[in-house]
Amino acid sequence: MSKTLLKGGRLVDPASRTDTRADVLVDDGRVAEVGPGLDAGRAEVVDCDGLVVCPGLVDLHVHLREPGREDAETIETGSRAAALGGYTAVCPMPNTDPVADNAGVVEMVAARGREIGLVDVFPVGAVTLGQRGSELAELGAMARSAAAVDCFSDDGRPIREARLLRFALEYARAFDAVIADHAEDASLTDGAQMHEGEVSAMLGLAGWPAAAEEMVVARDLLLAELTGGRLHLCHVSTGGAVELVRAAKARGVRVTAEAAPHHFTLTDEAASSYDPVFKVNPPLREKADIEAVRLGLADGTLDAIATDHAPHAREDKEVEWATAPPGMLGLETALAVTLTELVEPGYLELATAVERLTAGPARCRRLGGHGGPVAPGAPANLAVVDPAAAWTVDRAKLASRARNTPFHGRQLRGRVVHTLLRGAFTVRDGRATR
Amino acid sequence: MDKHLLSAADLTANDITRVLDTAAHLAKVTDRAIKKVPTLRGRTVCNLFFEDSTRTRISFELAAKRLSADVINFSAKGSSVSKGESLKDTAITLEAMGVDAIVIRHGASGAPWRLAEWVEAVVVNAGDGTHEHPTQALLDLYTIRQRFPGFDGLKVAIVGDVLHSRVARSNVLALTTMGAEVTLVAPPTLLPARVETWGAAVSYDLDAVLPKQDVVMMLRVQLERQRAGFFPSLREYARLYGLDGRRLDAMADHAIVMHPGPMNRGVEIAAEVADSLERSVIADQVANGISVRMALLYLLLGGPTEGFGEPQRGAPMGRGVA
Repeated sequence: MSKTLLKGGRLVDPASRTDTRADVLVDDGRVAEVGPGLDAGRAEVVDCDGLVVCPGLVDLHVHLREPGREDAETIETGSRAAALGGYTAVCPMPNTDPVADNAGVVEMVAARGREIGLVDVFPVGAVTLGQRGSELAELGAMARSAAAVDCFSDDGRPIREARLLRFALEYARAFDAVIADHAEDASLTDGAQMHEGEVSAMLGLAGWPAAAEEMVVARDLLLAELTGGRLHLCHVSTGGAVELVRAAKARGVRVTAEAAPHHFTLTDEAASSYDPVFKVNPPLREKADIEAVRLGLADGTLDAIATDHAPHAREDKEVEWATAPPGMLGLETALAVTLTELVEPGYLELATAVERLTAGPARCRRLGGHGGPVAPGAPANLAVVDPAAAWTVDRAKLASRARNTPFHGRQLRGRVVHTLLRGAFTVRDGRATR
Repeated sequence: MDKHLLSAADLTANDITRVLDTAAHLAKVTDRAIKKVPTLRGRTVCNLFFEDSTRTRISFELAAKRLSADVINFSAKGSSVSKGESLKDTAITLEAMGVDAIVIRHGASGAPWRLAEWVEAVVVNAGDGTHEHPTQALLDLYTIRQRFPGFDGLKVAIVGDVLHSRVARSNVLALTTMGAEVTLVAPPTLLPARVETWGAAVSYDLDAVLPKQDVVMMLRVQLERQRAGFFPSLREYARLYGLDGRRLDAMADHAIVMHPGPMNRGVEIAAEVADSLERSVIADQVANGISVRMALLYLLLGGPTEGFGEPQRGAPMGRGVA
């Protein structure tokens, strides 16, 4: 493989606490050398002046819809969207058809990801058979499979029975795997369409109260404490939930947590249009929640920004609000939304924002080779970003097969210029190479 | 007025007054031997009903017919919708057929907003989910205005399942716009989140509220709410929030009783109250519904004015003159 020299960029590598002007020499898929003024030798020189060089982004939470709903997204289109978003690793959730609750499906997803080769695909296995919440899936078989699954979730369906979650947390310890829970008390959200508050009341849409998330977060944290298991909380969306995680971390509970870009940018007001592109689970909340999520990301209570990229076929969203499935796209906009909404207004330093998109999520799942450090010998999984480039989100131009971005028409700053997966360009000059 | 009538929130006090004035004028047509004017001749109004509501549909149908519009009734039951056609495809179909106005009743909150995005035709919300029913509010205001000189400071209690009531939402919006003082009376479980932001007073005690009211508007309560646990039993509901003869006696002498129908006699309203000739204006509401809907169709479709006798001031009214 050819040598590449990323020259003159600002290297932001949170894992090595680096934020300085430095060149990165890539040789044979690995980082060969890092430092100022490196000699190009026979390497191809890529001018990174004015650009940020950082580890490839890691997304803990995506839906690639394959197998089952290839009309909404495939592993290939999702991988391309991810690469264009600066990602080198994504973790697809198991709510496919069939459900990824056995070694066969997770191996198929991982193999397909490898074959496409635009991004590393680390499948998440289901906690319970068919995500039905009644009996544990064969976690061991998935952990020991070729896909080497180290994270399990019934995402989209909360694990209702505390006893079952307790056993999952305990059982997963045998493989040092993480249980990622979608915190929602289903008895409080039966028929719910959006966040419960002033807006839902005016719109006549049944509400999903913040308490329905927070009480399950509290339960999950207590069970993590009880079992010593590794808990990860998906898409934390309320101020109360952030506070619970903060307190749990302070007393040493083994918990990590993520937040989605739409939960730190959009409020329940967006539902006033009745356009289901704004329907998502957990729902868009209130201004105070956005603020709390931002502060949670800033102080590290929330470890990772994860997109919950949820593609839906056009006809599934071009319906009445109540009929539409929840979910929104995220892979191609997450970085720019983060830079525009968190870094520009000063909530997060650039280096912290990069951490929450790279090293933070990689640590939640121990995804070796991703999230940095950008150091000699490490796989060259890198993103090169123009932090100043302004652009307008145009859903028609997305690489994802679906079009349900809530950011259509929004002006953002920060554009992915190149993405490298093990030294090979998956995105070059803003275009996918394949 | 906007192009469509989707929400009572979109109506200014002037809009509402104009609709009520126009309705008063058109009511004269209803008093004639031949109850028809040629105002909307050649225009097509579609009643697109995804929920059964015979009374609302008939009211709109009569309103359109008395203005000489062609009326088609598209009921979701037995149509392609029940075979899985989407609202969007239905919209495209109706648009292609050249309808001028679509009156939509739908079980999903917000469905009229979706429809309005997909069609050029005027959209009238005839009730969407647990959201709004603006024409009901307008006919209620019309009925109130027949009995009271104005809305300013008028005390109106809306009693019952406010949480799930499209009638309540639209009435609160329209009544407060007109300066009335609204009190919502319900068990706490049937009041929406943050109802204190609605600009209405809230009470859990019907008996405390009743004597002060000029208008008492009872809402239909559905048996399924009891099954879902919002209150323990219909009997207890009736005891605490039902309007019976005893409570009627506690009302001011001039106060009136309203109900959007259909009524659950013996639950939210006792038969003796519903049938009270002095207090109940429930039959008037039904009759007025036709005049008010005529006025709305007239204003929204911007029909020519020569149709019904002397022109209104500033006619033609409304937008969307084709």
